[in-house]
Amino acid sequence: MKEWMGKIRTLSLFSLMVLVLSACGKDNLTALMPKGYGAEESFKVIIISTLVMIVVFLIVMIIYVYVIMKFRQKKGEENKIPKQVEGSKTLEIVWTTIPILLLLIIAVPTIAVTYDLADESKKEDSININVTGSQFWWHFEYAEEQIQTSQDLYIPVGEKVYLNMLSSDVIHSFWVPALSGKMDVNPDNENTMYIEANEEGVYWGKCAEFCGDSHSLMDFKIVAVSQDEYDQWVEDMQNVDPEATPESTTAQEGKALFEQSCLSCHALDNTPSVGPNLSNFGDRSMVAGVLEHTKEELVGWILDPAEKKPGNGMLEAPYLNEDTIGEEEAEKIADYLMQLKPSEITPESAK
Amino acid sequence: MSEHDVLNPKEMPLNPEKGTLEGRNKFVGFWFFLGGETVLFASLFGTYLALNDSVNGGKTSEELFGLELVFIMTMILLTSSLTSVYAMYHMKNNAFKKMQIWLGITVVLGFSFLGLEIYEFTHYIHEYEFTLRSSAFGSAFYTLVGFHGGHVLFGLLWIVSLMIRNAKRGLNLYNAPKFYIASLYWHFIDVVWVFIFTVVYLMGVL
Amino acid sequence: MSTMVATKKRSFGSVLWDYLTTVDHKKIAILYLVAGGLFFILGGLEALAIRWQLVKPMNDFVSAGFYNELITMHGTTMIFLAAMPLIFAFMNAVVPLQIGARDVAFPFLNSLGFWLFLFGGIMLNVGWFTGGAADAGWTAYAPLSTTSPGEGVDYYVLGLQISGAGTLMGGINFLVTIVNMRAPGMTYMRMPLFTWSAFVASALILFAFPALTVGLFLMMFDRLFGSGFFDPNMGGNAVIWQHLFWIFGHPEVYILALPAFGIFSEIFSTFSKKRLFGYSAMVFATVLIGFLGFMVWAHHMFTVGMGPAANSIFAVATMAIAVPTGIKIFNWLFTLWGGSIQLTTPMLWALGFIPTFTMGGMTGVMVAAASADYQYHDSYFVVAHFHYVIVGGVVFGLFAAAHYWWPKMFGTVLSDKLGKLTFWLFFVGFHLTFFIQHFLGLMGMPRRYWVYLEDQGLDLGNAISTAGAFLMGLGTIVLLYNIVVTQVKGEKVSGDPWDGRTLEWSIPSPPPFYNFKQLPLVRGLDPLWIEKTEGRKGMTPAEPVNDIHMPNSTILPFVMSVGLFIAGFGFIYQKDNLAWLWVLFIGMGITLGSMLIRSLKDDLGFHIHKKDLEKEAE
Repeated sequence: MKEWMGKIRTLSLFSLMVLVLSACGKDNLTALMPKGYGAEESFKVIIISTLVMIVVFLIVMIIYVYVIMKFRQKKGEENKIPKQVEGSKTLEIVWTTIPILLLLIIAVPTIAVTYDLADESKKEDSININVTGSQFWWHFEYAEEQIQTSQDLYIPVGEKVYLNMLSSDVIHSFWVPALSGKMDVNPDNENTMYIEANEEGVYWGKCAEFCGDSHSLMDFKIVAVSQDEYDQWVEDMQNVDPEATPESTTAQEGKALFEQSCLSCHALDNTPSVGPNLSNFGDRSMVAGVLEHTKEELVGWILDPAEKKPGNGMLEAPYLNEDTIGEEEAEKIADYLMQLKPSEITPESAK
Repeated sequence: MSEHDVLNPKEMPLNPEKGTLEGRNKFVGFWFFLGGETVLFASLFGTYLALNDSVNGGKTSEELFGLELVFIMTMILLTSSLTSVYAMYHMKNNAFKKMQIWLGITVVLGFSFLGLEIYEFTHYIHEYEFTLRSSAFGSAFYTLVGFHGGHVLFGLLWIVSLMIRNAKRGLNLYNAPKFYIASLYWHFIDVVWVFIFTVVYLMGVL
Repeated sequence: MSTMVATKKRSFGSVLWDYLTTVDHKKIAILYLVAGGLFFILGGLEALAIRWQLVKPMNDFVSAGFYNELITMHGTTMIFLAAMPLIFAFMNAVVPLQIGARDVAFPFLNSLGFWLFLFGGIMLNVGWFTGGAADAGWTAYAPLSTTSPGEGVDYYVLGLQISGAGTLMGGINFLVTIVNMRAPGMTYMRMPLFTWSAFVASALILFAFPALTVGLFLMMFDRLFGSGFFDPNMGGNAVIWQHLFWIFGHPEVYILALPAFGIFSEIFSTFSKKRLFGYSAMVFATVLIGFLGFMVWAHHMFTVGMGPAANSIFAVATMAIAVPTGIKIFNWLFTLWGGSIQLTTPMLWALGFIPTFTMGGMTGVMVAAASADYQYHDSYFVVAHFHYVIVGGVVFGLFAAAHYWWPKMFGTVLSDKLGKLTFWLFFVGFHLTFFIQHFLGLMGMPRRYWVYLEDQGLDLGNAISTAGAFLMGLGTIVLLYNIVVTQVKGEKVSGDPWDGRTLEWSIPSPPPFYNFKQLPLVRGLDPLWIEKTEGRKGMTPAEPVNDIHMPNSTILPFVMSVGLFIAGFGFIYQKDNLAWLWVLFIGMGITLGSMLIRSLKDDLGFHIHKKDLEKEAE
C-alpha cells in the first residue's frame, strides 16, 4: 500500500509539475510539496481524487471529441433528419453505477483521513498551545510551559503539537499549507487541531478566513527545530528578563521610551497583553508578519503602521495622535527591540 | 366566464374557492407559500434551540416562563382555529352571514391572544428586565415568538379588511378564494403556535 | 393591443408607463434581461478592478478597504443581481410559452417580484455613495459583518432582504404556473426540460430563500436593534449565520445551475435535430440534484470545527450529487451521438459548456473530500472551482439562451459571426483566468487577498489570470456591440428560425401579448416537432377561437417596491437618529397601503373578444 501510494505520488507530482511549468510554488509555503503530517495526508486524498477525476474527464472528452468530429452536419445534408432515439436503460445503468464505484474510491480514504486528522487521543501527553487570532496577528501561549509569544511559533520536529484556537474578535483561519490543512479560529467555540513537521524549517502561515482590511497581511511563521533546540528555546523563554538593561545607550533610551509609550499594550515577559508579545522580537523572522526583519522596516512601521497594515489595532495607540514619537525616538525604540534576543535558538536554527 | 359571472355567479359551486382559474392558482400558490413559511419558522426554531441556554448571566427560561397564561393563550388560539373552520364550512354552504359571524369570533379570539402576548412581553420586560438586548437567548426568544405575533397581527388585519370590504355584497367567486386562503393562513399560524408552546414554553420549563 | 401599437410610433413616456405597469410575462422578461444585464456589466467591472489589483505583487491600485468592497459587491451582484434575474428573464420569456399558457399564474406577483429585485439591487449599491458599500464578503460571515463600521453591510442586509422577497414571489409564481396552466395534453412528462428545470429551481427557491430571510433578519437585528444572535459577548453564536447562509446558499447554486442545464438540453436537442436522449432519466436527475442540494450545505463549513463525523457525512452526501450530474453529462453526449450537429452560436456555447462544467464538477468532487478540502478551503482553488461551475455552467448557459431565444423575445437574430467571436474570446479568456487559479490556491494563496507578498511564487499565475479576465471583458463588449447592431438593423425573423421542437416556436416572434390565439393540443414530447414530422405547419388547436381573459396592467407593484425602498433607509439610519423612524413608517405605510388597495379593489382583468382576434388575423 505504502509503496504503491508512493509511486502514484511521485508520478502525479511529476505530472503536476509539468502542468505548472515545473514549479509547485514556493518551498515551505505551497501545499503541493507537503512537509508535515497533515499536509501529506491531505495531499494523498488530493492525488487520489485528482487521478479518479482525470479518468472521468478523459472518458467524457473522448466521447465528446468523437461525437463532434463524427456527427457534424455535412454540406448538402441540411434536411437530413437523424433517427430519433428515446434513450437506453442499459447505458443509464452503466453511467449511474460506474461513477458510484469511482466515488467510493475517493470516499474511503477521505473519511479515513478525516478521522485521522481529528484524532485527539494523544492530546494530553503532547505539547498544547493556545492560539489566539486577532486582527491582524497571532498569539501563542504554551499552556504547560507558561510561555507567551507572538507571530513565530516554535515547535519540535516530528512531534504532534496540539493547537487550541480561539479568536479575540472575528473569525480567522489558521493555515500553514506546507504542514497542514486549515482550521477556523472562532470567537465562541474552541477548535483543536494538531500539526507535525517532518523536517526543520521556517514555514509560512496564512490567515485563510476573510477578517477585514489586512486579512492578506496576517502572516505568521512556524519555526520547526530539533527537539534539543526546542527544549533549549523553552528554557530560555521561561527565563526571559523584561528588565534587562540593553548594552548600547540608544537602546537604553529606547527602553525608556518603550516603557512610556508601548508597554501598556505590548508585554516583554510571559504575561498576556493587548498587542503582540515582543519578548523575543530581535529573533523574529519578520516585522509585523510581512515586512523584512530590519531596523529600517521597524522604524517605518512604528511611524506609520496604517501604511503597512491598514486597519490594524496599533492605529489606536495614543502616541500616534499625540505625535510624541518622531523618527529619532522610533529609531531608539527599534534599537531596543532589535536587541531583544533571549534565546540562541532563532529561525536561523531551523535552516 | 365573464367578469359579471365571477362577481354574481348564478349558482355557487360546492368549492367556491376553486371555482375559477384564479381561485385554483391562489389555492395552490398559497400552499406553496406556506411551505416556504415552514422553512422560515424552522430556521427560527433552529436558531432558538441553539441559543436557548445562552442566557449570558441573565434570566433563564425556567425563571421566566409560567405555563398558566401560555396555556390560556394556546386554548384561545386553538379555539380560533376551530371557529375559522366553521366559517369556511358556512362559506361552502354559501351562508355569508354565518361565515361573517364565525370569522368575527375568530378575530375577537385572535385579538385576545395578541393582547395576552403583549401583556406577557411587557411583564418580562418590566418585571425581569428581560429584553431583546439582554442575551442571545432574549434575542432568540423575542424574535421567534415576535415573528409569530407579527403573523397573528397581519392575519387579523387581513381577515378584518376582507370582512369589511365584502360586508355588503356577499360571497362570490372572486372573494371566496380570498376568504379561503386567509383561513388557511390562520390555521398555519395556529400550528406554528403549537410548536412554540412545546419547544419554547414546555421544554423551557421542564 | 400591444401587437397593434407595436407597429405605431409611441412617445417615450407611454413606453415607459407601459413597462412600469406591465404584468405581461414577456415584457417582464425584457425588464429582467435589461436590469440583470446592467448589473452583470457592473459586476464585471468590479471583477476587472479586482484582477487589476492582483496583476502584480503588493500592488496599490486600490486600497484595502475599497478592495474588500469590490469583492463583496462583485460576488453579491453577480449571484443575486445578475445571474438570478437573467435566469428569471428566460424563465419568464419561455416557460409560459413552452407549456402553452397565455399567461403566468400570478401576473401581479410576477411584476412585484421584478420591482422588488430591482429596488433591492439599487439599495445594495447605494452604499457606494454613502461612505462605502458592504465589505464583509458576499457570504457576510458574522462577526465581521455585524461589527463592520458604517452602513455598507446594512445596505447589503436590506437590499438582499427586499430582492430576496421578490425572488420568492417569482418562484411561487412559476411553481403554480407550471402546476395549473399547462395546455391540454401537456403532461408533466411531456414538459420540455427547461420547464422542468425551472420547476425544480422554483421549488428550491421556495424552500431555500426563507433560510436566508431569517439569517438576514437576525443580522439586521444584531446590527440595527442591538440583539446578540452572533455576538459572543452576549452568548451568541457566529456559526449560526454560516448554517443559515449555506442552507440557502448551496441550493442557490442549483437554483442557478439547473435552469442552465435546462437551456443546454433544449439547445443540444434542437441543434442536433434529435430528441433529448434519456428524457426521463434527465428529469429524474434534475429532481434528484434539487433534492440532494438541500442535504449538503455544511460542505462549505468543513473547517469550522464540526468534527469528523459531520464532515464525513456531508462529504459523502456531496459526492453523491456527482452521480445525477454525470447522468446529465452523458445523456447530453448521447443526444449529440448520431445527430446532425449544427455549430450555431448557441450550440457553440453548449459545446463549450461540457468540458468546462465537467471540470467544475470534477473539482467539486475534489473539494467535497473533507480531508483534502482542509487545503482547498478558502483558497484560490475554491475560487477557481466555483467560477468553473457558475461561469462555465450558468453564465455560458445565459449567453447560450440569449442567442437562442433572442429571436423569440425580440423578433431579430443576433449576428452569428459576432456571436462566435464573443464565444471564443470569452471561452479562452475564461480558462486563462480560472484554470491557473486551481494551482495558485494550492501554492498557498488564500482567497479575498487584497495583496500577495513578493517572492511567493504567485506572480506569474496572477498575471496570466488577469490577462484572461480582460479577454472575457472584450468578449462581453462584442456581445453588446452585436446587440446594438442587430437591433438597429432590425431584420425580422419568422416564428421558427431554428427548426425548433417545442411550443414557443409554434407562434410568431415576438409573440402576441396573449401568446396563443387558440391553446395548442399537445401530443407528446417535442410537440411542434411531432406536428412537423407529420407534415403539418403548426400546432393543432385544442379549442375554437374564443374570448381571451387577460389581466390588467397596474402600477401598484412599482409603488409597493418604492415603499420598501424608502423604508429601508429608515431602518438603517434610525440607528443614528430616531427621527428616521418616520421615514421607516412612511415607507412601510406606502407598501402596506398598496397591499390594502390590492386586497380590497376588485381587479378582474379584461377580455379580448373573439371578433377582435379574428379581425387581427386578417
